[in-house]
Amino acid sequence: MNIDIYDKLTILSDSAKYDVACTSSGVDRSGKLGSIGSAVKAGICHSFSADGRCISLLKVLMTNVCIFDCKYCVNRMSNDIVRAGFTPIELAELTINFYRRNYIEGLFLSSGVIKSPNNTVEQMIKALELLRNVYRFGGYIHVKAIPGANNELITRLGLLADRMSINIELPSQESLKLLAPNKTKESILRPMGLISSKIQENSADLVKFRHASKFVPAGQSTQLIVGATPDTDHKILTLTESLYRKYHLKRVFFSAYMPVAEHSLLPSVDIKPPLLREHRLYQADWLLRFYGFEAKELLDEQNPNFNLQVDPKCNWALNHLEKFPLEINKAPYEMLLRVPGIGVTSARRILTARRSSLIDFSGLKKMGIVLKRAQYFITCKGKIMDGLKITSDGAIRALMSQQYKLTTHYPEQLSLFNEPFIRREEVQQCLTGKI
Amino acid sequence: MPDRKDLIYAYDGSFTGLMCCVFESYEQKEIPSIIRPPSVQPRLFDTAKWIETNEHKADRVFNSIPLKISSPAQELVKLGFLTCAPHKELLIYHFLRLGFKYGSKVMTMLTDDTVCSLQKAVRHLTSESHKFKGFVRFSVYGEVLVAVIEPKNFVLPLLAPHFCDRFSGETFMIYDKTHSMALIYRQQKAELMFVEELTLPEVDGTEVEYRRLWKQFYKTIAIEGRNNPRCRMTLMPKRYWGQMTEFDKSDEQEKSKGPVQWRVAETATEILPTSLGSLDSSFQYPNS
Repeated sequence: MNIDIYDKLTILSDSAKYDVACTSSGVDRSGKLGSIGSAVKAGICHSFSADGRCISLLKVLMTNVCIFDCKYCVNRMSNDIVRAGFTPIELAELTINFYRRNYIEGLFLSSGVIKSPNNTVEQMIKALELLRNVYRFGGYIHVKAIPGANNELITRLGLLADRMSINIELPSQESLKLLAPNKTKESILRPMGLISSKIQENSADLVKFRHASKFVPAGQSTQLIVGATPDTDHKILTLTESLYRKYHLKRVFFSAYMPVAEHSLLPSVDIKPPLLREHRLYQADWLLRFYGFEAKELLDEQNPNFNLQVDPKCNWALNHLEKFPLEINKAPYEMLLRVPGIGVTSARRILTARRSSLIDFSGLKKMGIVLKRAQYFITCKGKIMDGLKITSDGAIRALMSQQYKLTTHYPEQLSLFNEPFIRREEVQQCLTGKI
Repeated sequence: MPDRKDLIYAYDGSFTGLMCCVFESYEQKEIPSIIRPPSVQPRLFDTAKWIETNEHKADRVFNSIPLKISSPAQELVKLGFLTCAPHKELLIYHFLRLGFKYGSKVMTMLTDDTVCSLQKAVRHLTSESHKFKGFVRFSVYGEVLVAVIEPKNFVLPLLAPHFCDRFSGETFMIYDKTHSMALIYRQQKAELMFVEELTLPEVDGTEVEYRRLWKQFYKTIAIEGRNNPRCRMTLMPKRYWGQMTEFDKSDEQEKSKGPVQWRVAETATEILPTSLGSLDSSFQYPNS
């Protein structure tokens, strides 16, 4: 069978697409004469695919041959699919030529496990060395560390890449044992710990020696699958928080489980991916990273899953009504961030504007602050917004998320036994969490 | 100060010219109600006052901004001039009046109509230029890279440092169709020049092949079960699509079956035995 580059690209990007991470952020590196490429701290999206996800990197597998048999994965050994692999030269040519045309910000390289984890990492190092040293590529490289590879190889790989990631995929040891028999918690967390300590070691070195080579300057990330196992949001979010604290991860990504395999231990193939649940987790993740929230404030043993009707911050606010309304002209930054509808940008603008004058509601609107949800939680100069009637119906409509309303618009088969109509009181109870 | 309703300034459309308008207004103690660039048609009965452009006067105004207001304010004014805001001249003029009155505090007066409109216009400009850092698509013509864009704001001055740094060894041109301007970079030197029209030659086989590969990658990377056209449209509005390779449907039919002129692909398939069993050995590349 003769596979040309077009087919290889198709096969190997198709197998890589379930990896969510496509960010190119975290490192600033200016271009050098004689080499091609640079990196921008904020990251740059070069396109958006039909599913609305950003395309920033050429996301491919080195090969989709794999000796592992993780039940949730398309590339598992037992799956009957066409297998292919890039040579380092092909990979470098593709990357450079896409990069020159400004299609991409860099390369995202992952791989199935060929022979052994160590052997796979060696192949990846070979490809990246060619790209960096022969083709003089200075753009962004995100590389996957393979669980089970030895420390020395992981370190060498890290010196070639900007970001490294190891996917945890399944949030608990039990799920791992069941669905990914070749991986253990230890084989995932050991390299993660190694990378994290190397990064810290390296930043100390950089202070001492200006030309010390940089180890994973954009930090490491990971990915968790949502909905393949019965793990709760609480469990996932607590794990996320400890990953940020213990391993200093830059990002934790969530991936709603897309049924790609028929297996008795997995949800059936025709279920819809839990996209809204994934969205809620991302919102909560943002609250952890930028809004000063802690996981235990958002969820606990009694409420282990996110409310799908309202976003996590709104849910928190509704459960802490005693803290509101908040006076916009006096509230500290940390509290402004806790108002539903006010984000980091809005809160900063409020701080700036109130240095010169008192702010009223029309001022807030001019500054571009969205009041749809915020209006119920704030006062300006001691007054609530003119003409604001707090009726439960209006408030519910404003606070409920768009996505939730949209889900009913999906075409669905008429059923003889319709689901019962949700009454307003029930929604209200849902919203305040008093069920 | 007489605030004559009908006072119109006409200037040459340059930033220097606009600074002279500010100078004139302070010197004559008068407030214009319109500042008109040459691109705007005069109305039938307006008697505009022509403001001569003078480097010296302009410098006096421009250099006084960081002293009397602040450096961020100077930056805002410079960027404001690149925006597509209607009456951007008047906006900048009023912003400077406020600035000369209140000093550096003007940058915090976000609830003022002038300040917030100017900042909003500048945000539009910077966010559009950030988008174009990703959405610009080059085509290779021999040794030269050429891209065409149709931005609303004049983003080329903001794109220049980014692309010149990234592709420092290349020769490239980004043509702004809206403003008929081009950024040309060759031999480590960049310049902006007026280009009335641009006709591009036919692209060669390699270029066609890479476009085809990119389109295929674009299609493949989307997960069908998560299809979300609305989300895509928000993040990448349709007005950008016109110049982007992945949405170009013109050469799909006739050229996709043409002979593969991609040299590397051909040599690579010779090197690479693609059968599954020998996959390991294929990872050796010849010059190692």
